[in-house]
Amino acid sequence: MLKRLFGGLKKTRDSLVVGMRKLLGSDTLDDATLDQMEELLYTADLGPAAADLMDALRKARAAGEVTEPAQVEPFLRDQIVDMLGDDVADTPVGSGPRVVLVVGVNGSGKTTTIAKLAQLLKREGRSVMLAACDTFRAAAVEQLGVWADRLEVRIVKRETGADPSGLAFDAADAAQREDIDVLLVDTAGRLHTATNLMAELVKIGRVISKRIPGAPHEVLLVLDGTTGQNAIAQAREFKQAVAVTGLVVTKLDGTAKGGAVVSIRRQLDLPVRFIGLGEGADDLERFAPAAFVEALFDG
Amino acid sequence: MFESLTQRLSKVLGGLTGGGRLTEKAVDEALEEVRAALLEADVHFRVVRDLIARVREQAVGQEIVKSVSAGQMLVKVFSDELVGMMSSEGEPFTFAGGRPTVVLMAGLQGSGKTTTTAKLAHWLRTEHRRKPLLVAADIQRPAAVDQLKILGEQIDVPVFHVPGEPPEVLAELALAEAKRTGRDTVLVDTAGRLHIDAELMAELSRVRERVTPDTTFLVCDAMTGQDAVRSAEAFQQTLPLDGVILTKLDGDTRGGAALSVRHVTGAPVAFVGVGEKIEDLQRFHADRLVSRILGMGDVVTLVEKAQEHVDEQEAERQMKKMLEDEFTLEDFLSQLKTLQKMGSMKDLMSHMPGMSGLDPAMIDEQALGRTQAVMLSMTPAERRRPSVLDNSRKRRIARGSGTTITVVNQLLNQFEGMRKMMKQLKNQGLFSRLMSRFTGGGLGMGDMAGMAEAAAGGARPGAGGPRPTAGTVNQIDRRKARKKERQRKKQSRKRR
Repeated sequence: MLKRLFGGLKKTRDSLVVGMRKLLGSDTLDDATLDQMEELLYTADLGPAAADLMDALRKARAAGEVTEPAQVEPFLRDQIVDMLGDDVADTPVGSGPRVVLVVGVNGSGKTTTIAKLAQLLKREGRSVMLAACDTFRAAAVEQLGVWADRLEVRIVKRETGADPSGLAFDAADAAQREDIDVLLVDTAGRLHTATNLMAELVKIGRVISKRIPGAPHEVLLVLDGTTGQNAIAQAREFKQAVAVTGLVVTKLDGTAKGGAVVSIRRQLDLPVRFIGLGEGADDLERFAPAAFVEALFDG
Repeated sequence: MFESLTQRLSKVLGGLTGGGRLTEKAVDEALEEVRAALLEADVHFRVVRDLIARVREQAVGQEIVKSVSAGQMLVKVFSDELVGMMSSEGEPFTFAGGRPTVVLMAGLQGSGKTTTTAKLAHWLRTEHRRKPLLVAADIQRPAAVDQLKILGEQIDVPVFHVPGEPPEVLAELALAEAKRTGRDTVLVDTAGRLHIDAELMAELSRVRERVTPDTTFLVCDAMTGQDAVRSAEAFQQTLPLDGVILTKLDGDTRGGAALSVRHVTGAPVAFVGVGEKIEDLQRFHADRLVSRILGMGDVVTLVEKAQEHVDEQEAERQMKKMLEDEFTLEDFLSQLKTLQKMGSMKDLMSHMPGMSGLDPAMIDEQALGRTQAVMLSMTPAERRRPSVLDNSRKRRIARGSGTTITVVNQLLNQFEGMRKMMKQLKNQGLFSRLMSRFTGGGLGMGDMAGMAEAAAGGARPGAGGPRPTAGTVNQIDRRKARKKERQRKKQSRKRR
């Protein structure tokens, strides 16, 4: 797993860490160096987290805790680990299927993430069922259908335009009857500012809980890793509507933006559960803060 | 969520008013605020740095014009600079003569290429009477071809695809097909790619070599962060871009990525995607996006939206009625309907300056629906003369609208309050001032603050009675406003 993580974060490492080491190769830690440092952190999309890191660094320098350039990297590393928090375990489920609702804005990678999640769970030896509740976007049902065939998992679907809540109920019912371990529910992408669409999401959750009490056990918000500060607004709105329990950050492989994970974690009181690192069905990892930071710095 | 930049700057520059000069220290402090605002809006770090340096030079030592605050002035300097950066002359398309025009669509995964391609075909047909042919050349993502086919069916535009062929062959075949069937514009939808994927980038080059596109668009998610620069650079290196299409602007993103992309590619933003429906594609206006990036709201779009849905004569008639105190519930109902046609309250609010920070929970769309139901349960005669409503009638209305007498009374009180406010406004002349701003077009920077203030007062539907707005307008202000108004009208005449 670590090897793939190293590979996926290569871009970020090349840009952030290599740049930083070059910068810190000098003898003194002057203001100009710190300014350049700040640029590096910002362009890795650390956002306000960059400002915090720089504040901490400047304070530490003033207090005489960090005086040499060589001390900067370990210092930042500790800070980032702190920001990322601890590992998170799955919320326990009583009996019956564990239901995972997957939500997010358009184009964040929900459907692909579901396919990857299904693969990951299968690898872990669990039986999986998919519910194609994105009945809005043209051909979204077909897209998930193709994945279900490839991964050989059961899928519950209806034609485009069908009522997603009704479909969700049927899927919950089928999962219950067939004694499935995990039901993954895909939903249509929606911008978090669309009030009526957010209400639809609430309804899907409610309907599922009628069939399986306590469900959905987990609501994963899929965030595009290349999204900027708007990710915060997205998370806040989705969280308010459907009680999001964790985040999936996608598309981290193509960009030099592994930093977004830090920024997102810091500003949202939500754990990052999975990160997407590529286009293949295997390219999804459970997120572990310590391993992430290690991959970021020591690839 | 965001405090408007003008507000933030006012705090920093609070002490500086007319007649003074912008000192170096004041400018530096203010620029730090602007810098934070721009970074918050996802403008790339380097772009922000360059911009700040340029504006700093211009701003230091400048005399503060009377009647505007230093904050407003600085925002204006920035706004001008940004609009200058983003503006572009000319049409987004070059149409080829004698053969079909080829449009190539490229972009990252999930940016909205396929949807945008269909929207663009629809736009070309309605605005330019073109006969488009859509080419489904995204053979990577499962069901992408199906998606375009379904969209094509919806807008009644043919979609070309041959299973098993690579994208460059598909494009070539489509061009031949277009010639054969008399389609004059070919739009090629390609696979989304992460910009580091050399193989997929090469595929784009191959398509380009085979069909020589007349226009190449980069489709870019408006919510993209700092990475926008890197991906735009990578695309620009592979294929020369003629324009950028910014998608998902209907959310609450500030859209700073547009600035970054424009900065590195030099390609103008041609269109913006503003919704899920096929007609939700608009030409790009630099000044509106700049307002948004700087957190000043997008008043122009709001006014345009209003113009689209409001019958001008009807509006004028109602205005007159309001001023002459003849405004009835009948008019109120028709206004409410117009408002609903314009979209959700929340959406409208998001366009108002100073309103973007409004708590969405405050806007109760359901309350609006209830209000409407109550009015619809009245007879036209009752709406014209609410004074006839006795308890028995009120009970009937409450039953008919599924509400309670309290709700009916609330509405009537609210309505009465509104009429009182109209009277007050009339006496102060504020109302006509406000309206002339709306109808006169060309909003100046100085007007923004006043607008926001006025809007904030009257913008709480269903939340108690309306509050009288800006009750302290004095004589001098009014004279000033009238003078400004005359000047503005003169200018707008000149422009015409």
